Amino acid sequence: MKKQDKKPVKELESFGQKLVTDIEKGKNPTIEFSLRSLSNVVYDTKTKTLGLGEKQQQRAFFNVGHAKKFLQTLEIAKISKNLLDVGKHASLRDVFYMAKRTLPSSNINIVDDQVESDKSLEDLELITDCSREQLNINANKMGSVAGNVVIEDSGDSINWAKLGSGGWSIPSNVEDVEFKSVKAKYVIYMEKQAVWERLHEDKFWEKQNCIIVTSQGQTTRGIRRLLQRLNDEYDLPIYVLADFDPWGFYIYSVLKFGSINLAHMSGTMTLQNARFLGVTADDALNYDLKKHFIKFKDVDMTRLKQIADYEWFQKNKDWQRQFKLMKDFGAKLEIQALSSKGITFISEKYLPEKIKKQEFLD
Amino acid sequence: MAAQQSETPIAYELAKKQKEISVAEFFTKNRHLLGFDNKRKALLMAVKEAVDNSLDACEEARILPEISAEIIQMAEFKYKVVIEDNGPGIVKKQIPNIFAKLLYGSKFHTLRQARGQQGIGISAAVLYSQLTTGRPAKITSRVSKKEPAHYYELGIDTQSNKPMIAKESEVEWPKEHGTRVEIDLEGEYLKGSQSVDEYLKQTAVINPHVTIIYTNPKSEQVIYARATDKLPEQAQEIKPHPYGIEMGMLIDKLRWTESRTLQSFLTSEFSRVGPGTAKEICQHAAVLPNTKPSEVSRDMAEKLIQGIQKTKIIAPPTDCLSPIGEEALEKGLRKEIKAEFYCAKSRPPAVYRGNPFIIEVAIGWGGEIPKEEKANILRFANRVPLLYQEGACGMTKSIMETNWKAYGLQQSGESVPYGPVVILVHMASVWVPFTSESKEAIAHYDEIKKEIKLAVQECGRLLGSYVRKKTRISDQIERANMFEKYIPEVADSLAVLSNGKKEKILQGLQKMLVKPEIRQEIIEEGDSDDKLYRMEFKKEAENEEARQEAS
Repeated sequence: MKKQDKKPVKELESFGQKLVTDIEKGKNPTIEFSLRSLSNVVYDTKTKTLGLGEKQQQRAFFNVGHAKKFLQTLEIAKISKNLLDVGKHASLRDVFYMAKRTLPSSNINIVDDQVESDKSLEDLELITDCSREQLNINANKMGSVAGNVVIEDSGDSINWAKLGSGGWSIPSNVEDVEFKSVKAKYVIYMEKQAVWERLHEDKFWEKQNCIIVTSQGQTTRGIRRLLQRLNDEYDLPIYVLADFDPWGFYIYSVLKFGSINLAHMSGTMTLQNARFLGVTADDALNYDLKKHFIKFKDVDMTRLKQIADYEWFQKNKDWQRQFKLMKDFGAKLEIQALSSKGITFISEKYLPEKIKKQEFLD
Repeated sequence: MAAQQSETPIAYELAKKQKEISVAEFFTKNRHLLGFDNKRKALLMAVKEAVDNSLDACEEARILPEISAEIIQMAEFKYKVVIEDNGPGIVKKQIPNIFAKLLYGSKFHTLRQARGQQGIGISAAVLYSQLTTGRPAKITSRVSKKEPAHYYELGIDTQSNKPMIAKESEVEWPKEHGTRVEIDLEGEYLKGSQSVDEYLKQTAVINPHVTIIYTNPKSEQVIYARATDKLPEQAQEIKPHPYGIEMGMLIDKLRWTESRTLQSFLTSEFSRVGPGTAKEICQHAAVLPNTKPSEVSRDMAEKLIQGIQKTKIIAPPTDCLSPIGEEALEKGLRKEIKAEFYCAKSRPPAVYRGNPFIIEVAIGWGGEIPKEEKANILRFANRVPLLYQEGACGMTKSIMETNWKAYGLQQSGESVPYGPVVILVHMASVWVPFTSESKEAIAHYDEIKKEIKLAVQECGRLLGSYVRKKTRISDQIERANMFEKYIPEVADSLAVLSNGKKEKILQGLQKMLVKPEIRQEIIEEGDSDDKLYRMEFKKEAENEEARQEAS
């Protein structure tokens, strides 16, 4: 067993022993952990991150409403323990299939849907105070990176500058990745794979001496952790490049302040030094992009209102100005709209200018 | 052109070919109008017409009906139908007219609830038999033990619509009174939803006071025994209500009435019209009340109809109706449908176009009724099963427009629901509005559909609460079983996590399962009507015990 696996194993064992003790005492076996719901998510103004409040929830086995979830949580805990014992990793999908069994002589499945096993795992993270990566369960790889960096991963030396057109695909667990040499000056994280491919083809990272990172849509944990390590360990600024729409803003928000869903993981997951590079309302005006506006739908407007009301944006004048302008436009803009100025406009003009002028939102 | 060159106008030539068409001749060519459109249906129609007549006759004479129906196969598509009843019999001189003259009967001119209406039925069967086999119908009837039984062999002269008597005699007959009809015809015997078997079974359901002894062509005998000795109430005859009158009918009545003034015509020919109402009608129509009926012109008649619509007239009397009653209806359903839950509802009388009617609905659910099939809809009009044209019927439509999901059945949009259910709808009326002469579907009158829906909803609510209660109880049992299934899994997981022994944990959990406070936790659903629910649970158990003791 690896050294770092000792804590999770210990946590799982004490979790099991507590329940066995309940049974021995003739007590309804009950799990208690922080309530993971919106009502218990609080924004800490000091650390500027989302975290869980004081509320606790109980999950008892002999309770009609809890029994199935109790069963699922124990099943996932067992799977994790078995993985740790043999030193193997499994994906969320693997775990789902390992748990998906029909109980003998019944039509009851332990889990019917991956959502159930995923939720149980999130609960288990809370119960054991271990991340799912520590529990040897990984998410899917969904991101790429390129730049002047050399790392070592599972004994292989990898140069992010020499990986062809695809770049290095970021694993879900980057804890064991060792940075050998980091020459870049900053990191740009973008929500769109297509934009990453554009910048990579233009060798933007080489010219600007930076690192370009992407995922598809919401940032996965592995990517967040990677960005955090680059920021913590090498003091690299992190810039976010997203669409000019409420969903793009939210990607930045999650990266910087944490997500409601994973409020319990905020400590290791937030990137307080992240800055929003674009696309901003000012870009739309300065670069004459208004003709590429996409008209708002009702859902866009609703989402914008929600985001504008988030506690961590409420007192931020710069952001409120952006929200106000977007509301007035009643429209959104994609990053790719910049291509209307020429295919290399983004890499040769837009980004270098913005970074030079230090035009970001905090 | 030839027509213009000819000396005499062509119309005279054509006139030579123009002549009266006899009713019998007309139906010879249009047998489908009476329901004899195919072999299978023809066999059913022959049985149905004879049985309907027998039942009407028995009830009119206040005799508990006992009917024997027999079908004998003579050749591949040739059958002999023999229907015998214990009814009042028919007097000698009327036998030929009733069986061998179309549109002859006692019911057409009266407004009273009866199975037959037009006087076509049995004579149409005789006509069909004659057309397809050339054989006469053989009738035996006796009115009392003091008189002999009369035997006739009858055919119909299709030109003149008059009976042709092939043979008549007095015969020995063991029955004191009753009638026996024997008809040979081209037909086809098949089982299924539109078969003679189904027709007789449904007849037994809707007439719980009837005994039917049925022998099918395979010589298998089924006895549908009566479930009650109570004859249905005798339906009273009524005069038409003014709201239902139409132009032609009014003109006819005006021509034939014996009344001397319009006022007395209105009071004597219609129900619910007294001198005051009659005057009011005349006033609204701007016609003098003392006008002679024979002098009422077409224009005046039209005004009269408008006057009637403007006048407030109380609804027709309802003693002309003879509903089956909730109790008898449920008994009838219980007798022939093996279900788990039954309920029946009779609506108060209502009126469409001046005709009073009553809707009755019964529902059978669960038991041996197939689970995954469309609901079985049994439609009846004046105690006669309707087997054809289910889709075109106002009864089916009303059922489709009811929301059955609320009552625990499956239904997609406005369609017939799915589930283990039999829905019985009966309409009793002095005049049932059929969509055709073959009497297969009820017309879509809004008043009728509304009543059907109300009755269906009343039954549906009872069904719904039963189904819900039942699912709740089975949920509780399922929940208890669920924990038994979960325990080994939980024990296994805990053994792995705590590095302990599975057996010990398993025993610990199983011990807990029987603890009263844990038991309570399992049974409870956690909602506020917990107590009520446990009471229901207990009551249900008691009912079940009582039921088992009783049987």
